[in-house]
Amino acid sequence: MTKPSQPAVFAPWDDPKETPLISFENVSKRFGALTVIDKINLNIYSREFFALLGPSGCGKTTLMRMLAGFEDASDGTIRIDGQDMAGIPANKRAVNMMFQSYALFPHLSVANNLAFGLKRSDMPKSEIQGRVDEMLRLVQLGKYADRKPHQLSGGQRQRVALARALAKAPKLLLLDEPLGALDKKLRQETQFELMDIQEKTGTTFVIVTHDQEEAMTVASRIAVMDEGRLVQVDTADRIYETPNSVYVADFIGDVNIIEGAVDSTEGEHATLRWSEGAAPIRAMASDGISNGSKAAFVIRPEKVAISVEEPKDRHNRVQGSVEDIAYLGNRSTYFVRLPDGSLIKSQVANNRRIKQRLITWEDSVWLSWSDTAGAILPN
Amino acid sequence: MNISKRLLIAVPYLWLLVLFLIPFLIVFKISLSDYAVSIPPYAPTLDLSKGWAAFSELWSGLDAENYWFLTEDDLYWKAYLSSLKIAIISTFLTLLVGFPMAYAMANAPDEWRPSLMMLVILPFWTSFLIRVYAWMGILSNEGLLNQFLMWIGVISDPLVILNTNAAVYIGIVYTYLPFMILPIYATLEKLDHSLLEAAQDLGCTRSSAFWAVTLPLAKPGIIAGCFLVFIPTLGEFVIPSLLGGSKTLMIGKVLWEEFFSNRDWTVASAVAIILLLILIIPIVLFQRNEQKQREAGQ
Repeated sequence: MTKPSQPAVFAPWDDPKETPLISFENVSKRFGALTVIDKINLNIYSREFFALLGPSGCGKTTLMRMLAGFEDASDGTIRIDGQDMAGIPANKRAVNMMFQSYALFPHLSVANNLAFGLKRSDMPKSEIQGRVDEMLRLVQLGKYADRKPHQLSGGQRQRVALARALAKAPKLLLLDEPLGALDKKLRQETQFELMDIQEKTGTTFVIVTHDQEEAMTVASRIAVMDEGRLVQVDTADRIYETPNSVYVADFIGDVNIIEGAVDSTEGEHATLRWSEGAAPIRAMASDGISNGSKAAFVIRPEKVAISVEEPKDRHNRVQGSVEDIAYLGNRSTYFVRLPDGSLIKSQVANNRRIKQRLITWEDSVWLSWSDTAGAILPN
Repeated sequence: MNISKRLLIAVPYLWLLVLFLIPFLIVFKISLSDYAVSIPPYAPTLDLSKGWAAFSELWSGLDAENYWFLTEDDLYWKAYLSSLKIAIISTFLTLLVGFPMAYAMANAPDEWRPSLMMLVILPFWTSFLIRVYAWMGILSNEGLLNQFLMWIGVISDPLVILNTNAAVYIGIVYTYLPFMILPIYATLEKLDHSLLEAAQDLGCTRSSAFWAVTLPLAKPGIIAGCFLVFIPTLGEFVIPSLLGGSKTLMIGKVLWEEFFSNRDWTVASAVAIILLLILIIPIVLFQRNEQKQREAGQ
C-alpha cells in the first residue's frame, strides 16, 4: 500500500544507492537439532513498515527476537545501522519491542510505565515528564496517566504498550502480533492509527503477524515465511497479484489452483496442460518453469468471469455446472464443478438485486479469464 | 437471600462462635478473676443453681487486677519485647533463606517444580516435636554438627549452640521456612516472563530488572510469608523451651509456666489476652494485604 503523504513512491528497496537499516546475512537459528531460521538474507530500510507474515511456527517471532536481542543467531550476521549486533544485549540496542501480551508493569501507573525506559536512559530527569506527556498525547491517553494497567481496557493497554515502546525514540520498533488481542472492529481502527503513528514518528516498524489482511493493510513490504525460510519478500500488491509460489498464492487471500504440466513457454506467457481433452490454459509464466515440468495455474476468484453464454473472444474458457453459491452481501462466490471433477471459484460483485440474478444452482455456465489474469507457477 | 444460603453461611460462623469466641470469652473471664486454692484455681465461678442472681454475683467478683500485676512485674513486658525481637529477627532470617529458595524454584525447569515443591512440604509429614528433638541431637555439644566441624578441623572445642538464642533462631527458621517459601513461590511463579524481557528491552540489566520488576511484583507474597512466620513465632513455645536456654525469654514460655508450673490460671489468661491484642495488629494488616491482592488480581 503506498502512502498518500509520501511525495514520491516510497520504495527504497528498489534503489541500489540506499543502505539498509537492518540486514540479515545468511542468518540461521537452531534450537538443538531444530532449525528455526534457515540461512535468511534480508534487507529492511529506514522508515519502512515491514511485516513478517506466516503461520505459527514459521520462525517469524524468532527472527524478531533476534533483532530485539533476546536470541542470538547460530550462524550469519545481523546488522542494524551498519553495526554487527552479535553479543549486544537487548538493553544496549536502540531497538524497542511491543510485546504480544503488552507486558505492561502491573505495579506501575501508565505514566510510570512510559517513564520506565526513559529513567534508564541518559535523558535528563527534567525532560522525562515532558516526554511522557508527549507520548500520552500521541496515543490520546492523557486522562489515564495515573491509572494502573488493570484499570484500562484492552485497547487502552495496547496503546500504552505502543507508547512505552516508542518513548525512547528507537531506531527500530518491533511489534509482536500487536493487534492480536483486540476485537475485529477495534483492530481495523488501530491498524490505521499504527500507520499514522509510524508516519508521524518516522520510526522503522517491523511487525510480526499471522493475519494477512493486517499485513497487507499496514505494511510497505511483506515477507512471507514458511519453515524458517523467506518465500517471498515484496509489496502487498505484488505478493497478491504475482505470487512466486503456490505456497504464497495459497497463503495470501483466496485462490484457485489447477495442477498440470507446462505445455509450452513463449515470452512472458506459458500454457499448461491440465486435463485430458481440455484446451491448455494460457497465463503469465513465472520464473522456474520449463517445458514438461510440473506446475500449477493459480488465479484469484474475482478474476474468473462467469457467464451463461460462451465467451468466444477469450482463449481461456471452460464449461461447468454451478454446485454452490455463497452470498456475502456485496459479492457472491460461485463454486463451479468442471467435467474433470475440479472445483473453481468465481467471485462476482453483486451489482444487481439478488432476485434478478441470472445464474442459479445446477446451471451450466462458462468460466473465463484473460491471458494475464493468472500465473503458472512451479509446483 | 434464601434460607439454604443463610444456612451455608451459618456453618463457619457457628464454628467460630463455638471454637473461638466462647473459649476466648472463658479465658477473658478467667483473666478478670482472682487466684484461689481450689479446683479450678480461680474465683468466682459461675454457680447456675442460684439462677439469674449468679450472673450479678459473678460480675461483682471480676476486676482487672491481673492486668495491673503484669505491668508491675517487668518479667512480663520484657518477655513480650523479647518475643517481638525474636519474632522480627527470625522472620527476617527466614525471608533471607526462603526468598532465594522460592526464586530458584520458580525459575527451575517445569518438570522439576513438583519435586522441589514436594521437598519443601516433606518435613510436615514428620511430627513437629520429633523434628525439634532431632535439632537437639544436631546442635548439642556432642551433636552431629560439632562432631563434623571438629572432624574437618575447623574448631578444636565444641561450639555451644544448644540452649542459646542461636538455637532458637535455627529452630524457628527451619520450622517456618515452608510458610515463607510457598507464598513467595506462588507470586514468583505467576510472574509473566515477558515483563522481565520488557524491562531489559527498555534498558535494564538482568539484575536491575530483578529490583525494578521481580521484587515489587513479589511483594504481596513476601508480605504474606512474613506474616505467616511472624504471627505464630511471636507466641512460639515449643522451640524456645526445647532449644533455648534459661536466658531465652519468650512470652509463650512464660505463659506455659504460669499455667502449668505456677498453676496461676488468672495471670496466665491475662498474658494470653494481651498476646492476642498484640497479634491483632499484624493479623489485621495481613488481612488488608490479602484483600488488596485480591482486588489487584481482578
